[in-house]
Amino acid sequence: MAKTTSKLQQAVMLPVDWLEERSGLVGGIKYFLFRKVPAETNWFHTLGSATLTAFLVQAVTGVILAMYYKPAPAEAYDSIRHITNDLTLGWLVRGMHRWGASVFIILLFLHMGRVFLFGAYKYPRELNWLIGVVLLTMALGEGLTGYLLPWDQTAYWATVVAININANAPIVGPYLGEFLRGGAEIGNDTLARFYSLHMLVIPGGLFALIGLHLYLVVRLGITPPPWTKAAAGYEDVEDGRALRKGLVDPKPRGNGAIAPRGPEA
Amino acid sequence: MADDLERPAEPAHEESEQHLPAPSILPFAFAGGVALILIGLIINWWLAVAGGVLALLFGFAWIRAVTRDVRAAPEPEPAPEPEPVSELAVEEEGPEEPERYPGSVFLELSTLGVGAAIGALVTVPALGFMIAPAFVDQGDEDVDLGPLENFPEQQYVIAQFNSKKGEPLDVGRRAAFIRNNGQLNGVPSFTVISNRCAHVGCPTQPQGLPGDIKQITTDAGPVAITPVASVSGFQCPCHGGAYDAEGNRVAGPPVRALDRYEFMIREGRLVLGTRYSVGKVEGTGANAKIYSYKRFDPGQHVDGPEQILWPLPPYEGGG
Repeated sequence: MAKTTSKLQQAVMLPVDWLEERSGLVGGIKYFLFRKVPAETNWFHTLGSATLTAFLVQAVTGVILAMYYKPAPAEAYDSIRHITNDLTLGWLVRGMHRWGASVFIILLFLHMGRVFLFGAYKYPRELNWLIGVVLLTMALGEGLTGYLLPWDQTAYWATVVAININANAPIVGPYLGEFLRGGAEIGNDTLARFYSLHMLVIPGGLFALIGLHLYLVVRLGITPPPWTKAAAGYEDVEDGRALRKGLVDPKPRGNGAIAPRGPEA
Repeated sequence: MADDLERPAEPAHEESEQHLPAPSILPFAFAGGVALILIGLIINWWLAVAGGVLALLFGFAWIRAVTRDVRAAPEPEPAPEPEPVSELAVEEEGPEEPERYPGSVFLELSTLGVGAAIGALVTVPALGFMIAPAFVDQGDEDVDLGPLENFPEQQYVIAQFNSKKGEPLDVGRRAAFIRNNGQLNGVPSFTVISNRCAHVGCPTQPQGLPGDIKQITTDAGPVAITPVASVSGFQCPCHGGAYDAEGNRVAGPPVRALDRYEFMIREGRLVLGTRYSVGKVEGTGANAKIYSYKRFDPGQHVDGPEQILWPLPPYEGGG
């Protein structure tokens, strides 16, 4: 501590330092928030964070909806009506979850498009692209399983159709369909099964993979847009050496944590 | 890592006056086997036999481990070192492999093995419970549709019924289009067509003039019977699949004819049995020739070259 710290500063820093000494969390958060990013980042780079925000909105509103929703065929539709019409602010939370689901999927695709068009899926970030594809699939699975839960005619028949489409996959399809239905026909178990998948199984996987996705983003750094000098492989622009070797000998972009491949390494 | 900790110098290769065996978990495993024998003597002979096998096994391993240094001693020393080293190993200049206790491999493997066993013990039944019920006891229940008088000859009726006892009405509700074809050579004949579209399973509707609905109650629960006059065929509202009056596909995306139900007549009542899939139907009514197959999901071909895509449907029954 510097000698000039005020009493107030000390009072603030005391618990922070206490936490930092025992967990290293403060330093970790600082590292995460103040890490270096390329100078040319722009608004397109925020699509990933926007998708994450949309997912967190879904998670929070979903948890709250689960406090009132009843996943049984006899009660599901009535409990949804109760949430929407009777409970204070229920219409708002259900609306956020219902429309937020579409926002989440749309943002996922926009984020995916940004990554594709910026070439951010290239070495060394291929693994993160693959994780992103799995995340997209799971998000679509959330959409499929969540659509049944209102248990109205649209939900029921849309799910009949969706399960039968799954069941038409060659060879394994019938087994997949039977697993999703929980039997040969849509029945009592299908709703509870979809609720469990929607509430527990898929979100758990989503949380885990989002964590891995973010870890790789922090580890590998952010890709500069393709029209920038950094992306084109100009190194050391400041000392006038501007060797443009990026296009024939791509160098991993990012914070330089990864050693470049090739003989000159 | 425990290997970073300071540890006493290993006495194994020093040809000193004192011989100390390496630390080992084997005696504990041996003792476990002996304990199992004693427990088995009281509870179950087989347990005692298993304990004996374990005790023998681990006892032998223990003796081997303890005498390893003694047995190795007379051999010339440079035995382990000058193994033929591959080029790869030469290039690598990583940190040297830390020295290991002789029993550490056993400890490592037994930890992994016990962990895997415990994990499997918990996971396998849970996964089985998740998956198996969907595939076991899935046969169709017989459904009693009431006395035959409700099924006039040469006319379709829509019969709505509960396919499974114990399911709420709105979940287990199914519909079939039933036509009494009269008798053929003294045997009653019915055409019983499932309403599920052979495209992706939406409910088809008969094209005709519906009459008054009649509600009856049978063993299977409430049954609703609606006569429909002059049925020309069936149509699906979802994607426009169209069928003729025998259930053959005439237009739209379906890949085969509408499914049918087996039927029985018990004490003057019509009873539905198992649902089966139909490739096509030649002829009409009692004279129809039905190309029937095991039950498949909607959208799956039962005939033609495409059928190889679904070689093993999991359903029971079928015709």
